[in-house]
Amino acid sequence: MPDQNLIQQQKRDRRRMFADMRFRAYGILGLMIAGGALLFLLGNIFTTGYDAFRQTVITMEFNLNTDDLGISQTASVEAIQQANTLKVAKQALYALFPEVSKSKDKRNLYKLISLGAEHDIRNQLFNHPESIGSKVTLTVPMSSDVDQFYKASQRGEEIKSRLDQQQQQWLQTLINKKMVTVKFNSDFFTRADSRYPEIAGIGGAVVGSIYTLMICLLISFPLGVAAAIYLEEFSRDSFITRIVEANINNLAAVPSVIFGLLGLAVILNTFNAPRSTPLAGGIVLALMTLPTIIIACRSAIKTVPPSIREAGMAMGASKIQVVFHHVMPAAMSGTLTGTIIGLAQALGETAPLLMIGMVAFIANVPGTPTDPATALPVQIYLWAESAERGFVEKTAAAIMVIIVFLIVMNLLAVLIRNKTRISNK
Amino acid sequence: MNNNANPVMRADSVNVFYGKTQALHDVSIDIKQQQITALIGPSGCGKSTFLRCLNRMNDVIENCTITGQITLNKEDIYAPSVDIVALRRKIGMVFQKPNPFPKSIFDNIAYGPRIHGMAKDKDDLEEIVTNSLDKAGLFNEVKDRLHNSALGLSGGQQQRLCIARAIAINPEVLLMDEPCSALDPIATNHVEELMWELKANYTIIIVTHSMQQAARVSQQTGFFHMGSLVEVGRTEQIFQNPVDKRTRDYITGRFG
Repeated sequence: MPDQNLIQQQKRDRRRMFADMRFRAYGILGLMIAGGALLFLLGNIFTTGYDAFRQTVITMEFNLNTDDLGISQTASVEAIQQANTLKVAKQALYALFPEVSKSKDKRNLYKLISLGAEHDIRNQLFNHPESIGSKVTLTVPMSSDVDQFYKASQRGEEIKSRLDQQQQQWLQTLINKKMVTVKFNSDFFTRADSRYPEIAGIGGAVVGSIYTLMICLLISFPLGVAAAIYLEEFSRDSFITRIVEANINNLAAVPSVIFGLLGLAVILNTFNAPRSTPLAGGIVLALMTLPTIIIACRSAIKTVPPSIREAGMAMGASKIQVVFHHVMPAAMSGTLTGTIIGLAQALGETAPLLMIGMVAFIANVPGTPTDPATALPVQIYLWAESAERGFVEKTAAAIMVIIVFLIVMNLLAVLIRNKTRISNK
Repeated sequence: MNNNANPVMRADSVNVFYGKTQALHDVSIDIKQQQITALIGPSGCGKSTFLRCLNRMNDVIENCTITGQITLNKEDIYAPSVDIVALRRKIGMVFQKPNPFPKSIFDNIAYGPRIHGMAKDKDDLEEIVTNSLDKAGLFNEVKDRLHNSALGLSGGQQQRLCIARAIAINPEVLLMDEPCSALDPIATNHVEELMWELKANYTIIIVTHSMQQAARVSQQTGFFHMGSLVEVGRTEQIFQNPVDKRTRDYITGRFG
């Protein structure tokens, strides 16, 4: 405007610039708050869960004599199963403290060692039957109370321990003899749940989750893609298809616990699928994931440019050929991304699994999808409500494992997206 | 000029409706063998609609109805017994925007022969691909990168690839829907030269916005206006001595 002088112009410009800067500052502030909250959460989980990956162990000499074990030199597998390894473990510890004679004190003394010691001795018998009758040096886990106490004292913290004065003295003697160490807890990844936190592992839940997700993927992906293709490419716009579409969109918003109830009523009670198994869990989660996959696949199909379809048709491709040769390859990246997001959602789902009994205490790693199992989020739920102190760090560690799972799945989604995009160029 | 050639395709009073809107009124035209027929007219006049009737691409559009008769070699292409796949194999099409498949150059050409089972073996297929690219004048430009993605080609090359793809299945008629409107003048020139060469073996119908192009490449021209075929005749006659006033006005640039 000609009658506007330069100063006014500058004022307006400056105001505009400030508005810009303010808006940018709000954005940065928002990001910082979100990032800070995330960092706090992750930091908290990491510092709590870090200790679950370390286990206090004791290295002692065990006398595997046949009298204590109650088995012969050439024992069968069944016999080893019955061997009295508890006695061997006890004898080994008592040998270090000959002065302890009262049975009550002996009981307290043995509380320093974990139940896992018996497992480890039995494994030794299985793997090296020739060692029966001789003396072996083994490293076995110590009890959760010792574990907590020792790791805290190493950090220089004083914690309220369940170990009494006498037990702490005994432990100090063992520490002075340099028998007690802390090692990486690889058993955490291979063992299943246990009532004893020091030998409870995430392995069972990880395998259970993998089986469940596999069943879920095998059911929901083909069904979802087929449904999406039919709705997008073949169905005519009729009253029925519109009802179907509305219902798919509604299903995506149904609370997951309802799917659990459906699974309980239909899959367990009507079809008699085995309870508490990844098979039943996978079917229920598949029902839950289906709408997500259908919606993702349909929108991916919608974004395929009509020119590709026309090109295929003009070359004399049939409807099916156009769909499978041209439309689906172009829509695959969107479909797979949606599928992985759906699966990630299913991985974190707890409620429907509770309804079909995957919340049971399972002390074995499942071998097949029809073995009773638990899943990662359910395991977290179970441990979180356990009273023992040792389970606090296990809970945090399990959360770390599930987060790693989610990150891997999302990375996979990004990789697939990038790969299909490059091949389009 | 081969004016006495047999009509390969013949449209007889074709009407097209999209729902209740009539897009084409009573269009009748003879398409002569081994000639280039140009369809011109202002935007929205129905020339593309008519072209898409010729290989039944309008079938997929919901509530599109077509009356009248279109024949290919005296066979009604809308007869219920006609296999639409076989029809499109005989009538190829090239679109306005180059639309190669997001595959390699080789696979783009090989797609048609593959789905129609035209090649006995791998060597046969390679020969078809080489021949088609050669006929489209593209072979020398792409022979070193046959297995690279077709989307890496320039727009003009992509369009010639689409032409090569269309002729790979040996159609009788080639429909071209404004094949040069997305191309620069040099690429346009390439495509026009190509059309001249293809004329020896194929019957070509081209829809174009450019009257110069129609005048340059075609032997027969049809002028569409408001959904009717106003005038059709030899290209020189249409451009130099049009009968209808609307044709004259359009050609002299008074509207459209």
